[in-house]
Amino acid sequence: MFESKSGIFLIAGLGFFALSFVVMAVLPWMIYYKEPEQTVAMMAQKGMVPEFADLAERYPEQFKKHFGEVNYKTYAEALQLGHDVYVAEACWHCHSQFVRPVSNEDLRWGPVSHALEYQNTLQRPVLFGTRRVGPDLIREAARRPNDWHVAHFYNPLSVQPTSVMPAYSWFLDEQGYPNKKGMAIITYIQSLGSWLREYPYFEGDGPLGPAAHPEQPYGGKPVPKQVVNAPTEGSRQS
Amino acid sequence: MTALNVSMSPPASSAVRPVDGLVDRKLALWHLVASLVFLGVALLAGFSFSLQFLQKYPFPGIELLSPGRWRLVHTNGVAYGFLANAFLGCLYWAVPRLTGQPVYSRALSWFIFWAWQAIVGVTAVGLILGHAQALEWGETPTYVDPVAFLGLILVAVNFLTPIFRAKGPMYVTLWYFIAAFVWTPLVYAMGNFLAQYLVGGAAGGAIGGLFIHDLVGLFVTPLGWGLMYYFVPIILKKPMWSHGLSLVGFWGLAFFYPLTGIHHFLYSPIPLFLQHGAVITTIAIEFVVTTVIINFFGTLAGRGDALRTSLPIRWFYTGMVFYFTTCLQCSFQTTLTFQRLIHFTDWVVGHAHLVMFGVFGFWLLGSILYLFPRLIGAKAYYSDALNSWHYWLSALGTLIMFTDLLVAGVVQGNLWRNLAPWEESLIASMPFWLIRSVSGTMIIVGNFMFFWNLYKTWQMTVASRQTQPAMPGTSPMPA
Ligand code: HEC
Repeated sequence: MFESKSGIFLIAGLGFFALSFVVMAVLPWMIYYKEPEQTVAMMAQKGMVPEFADLAERYPEQFKKHFGEVNYKTYAEALQLGHDVYVAEACWHCHSQFVRPVSNEDLRWGPVSHALEYQNTLQRPVLFGTRRVGPDLIREAARRPNDWHVAHFYNPLSVQPTSVMPAYSWFLDEQGYPNKKGMAIITYIQSLGSWLREYPYFEGDGPLGPAAHPEQPYGGKPVPKQVVNAPTEGSRQS
Repeated sequence: MTALNVSMSPPASSAVRPVDGLVDRKLALWHLVASLVFLGVALLAGFSFSLQFLQKYPFPGIELLSPGRWRLVHTNGVAYGFLANAFLGCLYWAVPRLTGQPVYSRALSWFIFWAWQAIVGVTAVGLILGHAQALEWGETPTYVDPVAFLGLILVAVNFLTPIFRAKGPMYVTLWYFIAAFVWTPLVYAMGNFLAQYLVGGAAGGAIGGLFIHDLVGLFVTPLGWGLMYYFVPIILKKPMWSHGLSLVGFWGLAFFYPLTGIHHFLYSPIPLFLQHGAVITTIAIEFVVTTVIINFFGTLAGRGDALRTSLPIRWFYTGMVFYFTTCLQCSFQTTLTFQRLIHFTDWVVGHAHLVMFGVFGFWLLGSILYLFPRLIGAKAYYSDALNSWHYWLSALGTLIMFTDLLVAGVVQGNLWRNLAPWEESLIASMPFWLIRSVSGTMIIVGNFMFFWNLYKTWQMTVASRQTQPAMPGTSPMPA
């Protein structure tokens, strides 16, 4: 059996693969399948980040051209496109999207990630990421203002001289305003973590929090808290 | 002639079988050449991406040369361009010889050849145009996936047919090959279709982890070990040390390897008891690997001179030492204790390079080194010195890159944990990234020396064939 063709084909090839599939894939699926997977439209309905409207205010002409008006439909469209850009540019090879319960990550970024935060189509396939060249982004919402992102995408070195992030100048049009891709990726980034009851999070609780960084947005002052979305059960653990 | 003189005579088993007509040399050769072309592209893509980390990316602000996209070309080029092609080339050599049967169909083989190059080419173009799929190592655009899946099935049919037609006991190599041909299409379908269309979120992440891991463990690893079990005894002209250990190695790998996928996402929202399970099976693999390594070093015992006299053997055994190193490393880094510190750091990048290039790349480059003159009918290489340089630059480059990234990972992990501002970890990483680019340059230079050597050898062979046509039926390099 151990050296026969059928033994190897059936037991090692099919059998062991099936076993691993049950243990490693079906089991986790059984744990979560009852949690409905939200579509982008549903996520948009739950709450729109103010930064989307802010884009329309800052760049009215461009916004009109690319998205028309501010509503849940265009917001959903921007989220989806932003996600697609994020995947296409492989941002997820330099940025993770989960906060681990170890290594003081919750102090740096905010609440530890919960599985339910990933039950949506923008996380299919999931964007946990693989390498942190830049910081984690799952708590990025409202950490930085929109124009910071515009400048950062145009040339990261202009706001962060030590950055090794590539310049994404094709997110901007000839006049230097964000184009459709640019607005979409900014909306997407600004939405990450906005489903929590309280955000944004800074490296606020540690000795290196906003007080030590007066140059940061809201430098040291209490952070405006928006209650945008219904809280998800368990998303505020840790 | 250092590279070749230990293996001038065919192994006893193939002497009694008329194998020469069974192997389509041209096909094998073309696969190997294609694999080296993609290796060249992947190396250059990786190198230019590494310059981004020094703030010196040569083509900033050009959408089609976006560094992130070229990183995908680097990893996918290695997986599907270099490794897959090189494996196919070696399989077209090894399988007919081991079974005494031709592959299922010559026409199908050529169809697979062109289809596969088209798949890799379209993938590269798709990635550059921004059609990637968010599945690590499976970024092949979604429209390529069904075609690639069909291609893998055709490959399986093409090679499983001779294996199942052959009578008598099967050699170890074929165990690994059978398993690989079953696993690869399954793994590919699971990762590319399930995680994309059916299962999202954390559960989908588990499937993604399984996919990345199985691609290494169930596609690359069994084919790689299969080739080692084939080439090493042939070149050393002695049988494997222990048949029992071969059995342990194969069945241990088949059982434990697929059970480790989730170790890629430790401390993630995937349920913790599953993470624990993946950690334990990963450590178990290290024991299995040790038995395989013992078997191969037992085989080498008494023939240690081959490390000096046979360059392919040197490539193979260097790869095995690296293999043992990465697996040992893996059984530590997979523990939750290590994960706290090194997850998401360059430590993992070092690990990946050691596995993919230091192990499987080395085995395949050794195999190509062995096969190339036999496929084109050359008597010797144009330059043994260039081959030596290729080996030493690659080996040292890999070792330096691995060590460098390992240390970088520990530094980064500590800075992050200590809540240093992010800039600080970037500044601290710069010197390591510089060394990484330099070691990458060594690897690239070494490999382009090899390409040049192959080209000159081919040129030389063609020229000598024109002056004195070889006698029909005799190939100058015993097959
Ligand atoms: C080569 C790796 C790399 C790639 C690719 C990359 N980034 Fe970054 N990113 C960084 C680094 C390093 C930083 C930290 C320095 C800085 O702020 O520029 C950063 C910072 C950021 C920040 C600021 C985070 C904060 O609050 O401090 C955002 C937002 C961001 N990146 C988004 C993106 C997006 C979106 C993409 C894809 C279009 C992307 N990054 C691609 C490396 C990368």
